[in-house]
Amino acid sequence: MQTQLNQAPKSRISSKLIMPFVKSTMNVFTTMVRIKPEIAAPYLKEDGHATYDVSGIIGFSGGLLGSVIVSFQMETARQLVNALVGSEIDTESPDFPDAIGEMANMVAGNAKKDLGMVTNIGVPSVIIGRCHIICRLTGVPCIVIPCHTSVGDFAVEVNIKLAA
Amino acid sequence: MKFLLVDDSKTMRNIQKRILTGIGPVEFAEAGDGVQALEVLRGVPEGFQLILIDWNMPNMDGITLVNRIRATDKKTPLVMVTTESEKSRIMDAIKAGVNNYVLKPFTPETMLEKIKQTLKIAA
Repeated sequence: MQTQLNQAPKSRISSKLIMPFVKSTMNVFTTMVRIKPEIAAPYLKEDGHATYDVSGIIGFSGGLLGSVIVSFQMETARQLVNALVGSEIDTESPDFPDAIGEMANMVAGNAKKDLGMVTNIGVPSVIIGRCHIICRLTGVPCIVIPCHTSVGDFAVEVNIKLAA
Repeated sequence: MKFLLVDDSKTMRNIQKRILTGIGPVEFAEAGDGVQALEVLRGVPEGFQLILIDWNMPNMDGITLVNRIRATDKKTPLVMVTTESEKSRIMDAIKAGVNNYVLKPFTPETMLEKIKQTLKIAA
């Protein structure tokens, strides 16, 4: 279920928290993976399911709390990992989630400098499996940034808030 | 030449190895965090020509590792390879004693250029 951003209460959603992740996603995938994503209109996510089947999760602490998830279709993940690493990676090997985690790490880390406050990011966690549910910060909107590439779709889910 | 690659991501270490073979004949040692890196350094008395260090790692982070290395070794070139791009972080790394800084994400060309620059200055 999703709500377009222009229908959601504006006071709860700041583009200042979303745009750094849009910019970072473009930068990371264009530079390091060499596959340029097309970013579609962000929307508000209202259920707990990850958008796709492979998720790299980065926690935030310090000035910002919450998490950012980079969620991929499985085949898209496989192709992006292969492009990142420069060779075929078996999705069953530990190198596959490691690469997913590194992509999530770079998306979150690259966004940090534009978020306007001192914040820390944690080491990545990776979940692989259809229809997995990720517990998010309650009372905090989860904004999904849909990304389309030549090898399939992925999404960046931003669920963060200013620390009290 | 011998390089030590310190990053908790094996993916990132493999990417660095792939790119840095462009410099010439290089042997690589690897460590997944600062604690492992110090163990590797203890086991290689002749040292390394270059050490690449990630910032955010479990057990011991990159800046702590840099401080520990520089306590006894002022000469080995250290290059931070990280997403930490705030000016204050870069200044912290320079004050701790890194010789150069590569921001993630990077192109192979940028990485090679920065490493060649670091080695040239150190020579």
